Amino acid sequence: MAEAVIEVDGIEKSYKTNRALAGVSLRVERATVLGLLGPNGAGKTTLVRILSTLLKPDAGRATVAGYDVVEDAEAIRSIIGLAGQYAAVDELLTGRENLELVGRLYHLSRIERRNRAEEVLERFSLTNAGDRPVKTYSGGMRRRLDLGASLVGRPEVLILDEPTTGLDPRTRIELWQYIEALVRDGTTLLLTTQYLEEADRLAHRIAVIDGGKVIAEGTGDELKTQLGGAVLEVVVADSRKLKEAARWLERLGEGRIRLDETRRLVTVGTEGGARVVVEAGQLLVEAGIEIDDIGVRRPSLDDVFLSLTGHAAGDGSETEENPKQGGTRHGRA
Amino acid sequence: MVAPKSQHSSLNFGQRISLGVSDIVGITYRNLIHMVRTPQLLVFSGIQPIMFVLLFRYVFGGAIATPGGNYVDYLLPGIFIQTSLFGGASTAVGLSEDLKGGIIDRFRALPMSRSAVLAGRTIADLARNILVVVLMLLVGFLVGFRFHGSAAQNIVGMVLVVAFGYAFSWVFAAVGLMVKDPETAQIAGFLPIFPLVFASSAFVPVKTMPIWLQDFANVQPVSVTIDAVRDLVTGVPVGSWLWQSGLWTLGILVVFIPLAVYRYRHI
Ligand SMILES: Nc1ncnc2c1ncn2[C@@H]1O[C@H](COP(=O)(O)OP(=O)(O)OP(=O)(O)O)[C@@H](O)[C@H]1O
Ligand SMILES: [Mg+2]
Repeated sequence: MAEAVIEVDGIEKSYKTNRALAGVSLRVERATVLGLLGPNGAGKTTLVRILSTLLKPDAGRATVAGYDVVEDAEAIRSIIGLAGQYAAVDELLTGRENLELVGRLYHLSRIERRNRAEEVLERFSLTNAGDRPVKTYSGGMRRRLDLGASLVGRPEVLILDEPTTGLDPRTRIELWQYIEALVRDGTTLLLTTQYLEEADRLAHRIAVIDGGKVIAEGTGDELKTQLGGAVLEVVVADSRKLKEAARWLERLGEGRIRLDETRRLVTVGTEGGARVVVEAGQLLVEAGIEIDDIGVRRPSLDDVFLSLTGHAAGDGSETEENPKQGGTRHGRA
Repeated sequence: MVAPKSQHSSLNFGQRISLGVSDIVGITYRNLIHMVRTPQLLVFSGIQPIMFVLLFRYVFGGAIATPGGNYVDYLLPGIFIQTSLFGGASTAVGLSEDLKGGIIDRFRALPMSRSAVLAGRTIADLARNILVVVLMLLVGFLVGFRFHGSAAQNIVGMVLVVAFGYAFSWVFAAVGLMVKDPETAQIAGFLPIFPLVFASSAFVPVKTMPIWLQDFANVQPVSVTIDAVRDLVTGVPVGSWLWQSGLWTLGILVVFIPLAVYRYRHI
C-alpha cells in the first residue's frame, strides 16, 4: 500500500449531546486527493477542524504526515494549509497585507513573503485588487483570497472545506486545474464538497459521509458500479400515476427507486441495456400508464449519493425524506 | 511511519522566542492598521472621556469638596485611569470580533505562537490607550490641570496609568474569549469597570461614602492606583499606594495572561 499522509482511525466527536462524528476512519495517500462528500450536517467540517488541529476529537486517533493531531498539533500546523468553509480573511487589510501577514506567521522572510503574496495574488487573478481593503471585495474574490492564504506556506498537505462554493464556473475550473497541478507536484489534498462533479473530477478516492459515518468509500467509478451498471429513467404523463409506475418498475431494478414529483420522473438502478427499456415500456403500457419519455444512462455520482444517503447533495429537501438528519446550516464554532 | 523531525521541535529556546516576537509584531501591526483604518472608533474613544472631564469639571465639580481644594487636579488622575480602563475593555470587543469573523480560526491553524494573537491585540490596544491618555492630558491642561510632581514622579504616574490599563486588557482578553460575541463583550467589559471606577476615589473623596462602601473603595485596585497617580502628579509624597498599585498590576498580569492564553487554546 502506498504511504498514507492522512490517517484517520475511529474518530468520534460530539457537541454536547449532538453526535457529529460517530467513528470515522479514512486514509489519504501521498499526492492524491480524497473527496469528502456529504449532505449538510454530515460532519465534514467537524472532521476538517479536527485534522487541522482546531478541534480535539473525543475518541479515536488521527495523524497527518505521521504527526498526531492532538499530541503534535504544532508540527501539523507548519505543514498544512487550511481554507475553512467560511472565508477567514481580514476585512480591513488589503489582499496583499492579508497574504503577507499569513506569510509572516509561517515565518517566511520579508522578501519571501512579499514574493509569495505577489505570486498568490497573480495566481488567483487578484493582482489588480491586491491593494484594496478586502471589505471592498466580492464574495468570490474573498473566497479566492482565502484559498490563496492557505497556499502561502507551500503546504505539503492541503485541507479545503468546500473550496469552490461561491465561485463562478470559470474560476472553479481554474481552481481545479491549479489543484491538479499542486497534486502533480506532490501535495496531498483533502477536500470536502457538495458538488459531485467536483469530486468526480478531482478526487482519486471519494468518501461519502452521512450522519457522522463513512457510508461508502472508493473511486468515483467504484461507487458508480455499486449502483448497478445503469440508471433507467421514466417520465410519466400524469403525475398522479407516478407511485403506481414506481411499483411496476421496482421489479426491474436493483437499487433504490427515486421519485421526482415535479418532473414526473422515476429513477431506477438496473443492469442496463435496451432490454430493460423495452420491458419497462411493456410493463407500463400494460398497466395503462402513459409514458412521456424513457431511457437508460450511466449513473452519475448524484445517483450514488442519493441512493446512499437518501437525500440529494446540496438540495434543501433532505429533511423531509430523512427527518433524522439536521439539514440546517449552523454558524461557526 | 516514523515522523520526520518537525521544524518546531528542532528549534532552540532562543529561536522560539525570536519567532514568537515576530508573530507578535505581525499581529500588532495588523491591529494598528485596523485602528488607522477605523478613525471614527478612535475619535469616539476620545470623545467619551472628554465628556467626563467637562461634566465633572464644570457641572458636578463645584459641589465636590476635595482635600487641597483644587478639584481639577483631583479629577484628572481619576479620568486618566478611567480612560485607560475603558481602553482595556476594548480588547474584549476586538477579540470577540476576530473570533466571530473567523480570522482566529486561520491564526489557530498556523504555526504561530499561541499567545501572539493576544499579545498583539493587547499591545495594539496599549498603543491606542497611550494616544487617548495623551489626548486627555491635553484636554486636562485646557481645563486647568497642572503637574505638580517632580519630573520622575510625573513620569512614573503616567506610566502607572497605562500599565494598569494594560493589565486590565488581559482581563478583558479572557472575557472576550469567553463571551465570543462583540455585543456581549461590550457589556461584559463595561460591567466590572463600572463599580470599580465609580466606587473609587476617581471623582469624589472616599470619605464621603457610606462606611460599608468605604471599606470596598479603599482597598480595591482602581482606587489604590488613582490615589498613587494622584499623589505622584500632585507632588505629594506617595504612601503605600504606589507599591500596592504596582502589586495589583503585576498580580493581574500574572493571573490573567495564563488564563487568557488558556482560553485561547481551548476555544
Ligand atoms: N459548534 C457546534 N456546536 C454544536 N453543534 C455543532 C457545532 N458544529 C457543528 N455542529 C453539529 O455537528 C454536526 C456536523 O456538523 P458539520 O459542520 O461537521 O457538518 P458539515 O458536513 O460540514 O455540514 P455543511 O455541509 O452544512 O457544512 C451537525 O449536526 C451540526 O449541527
Ligand atoms: Mg461544513
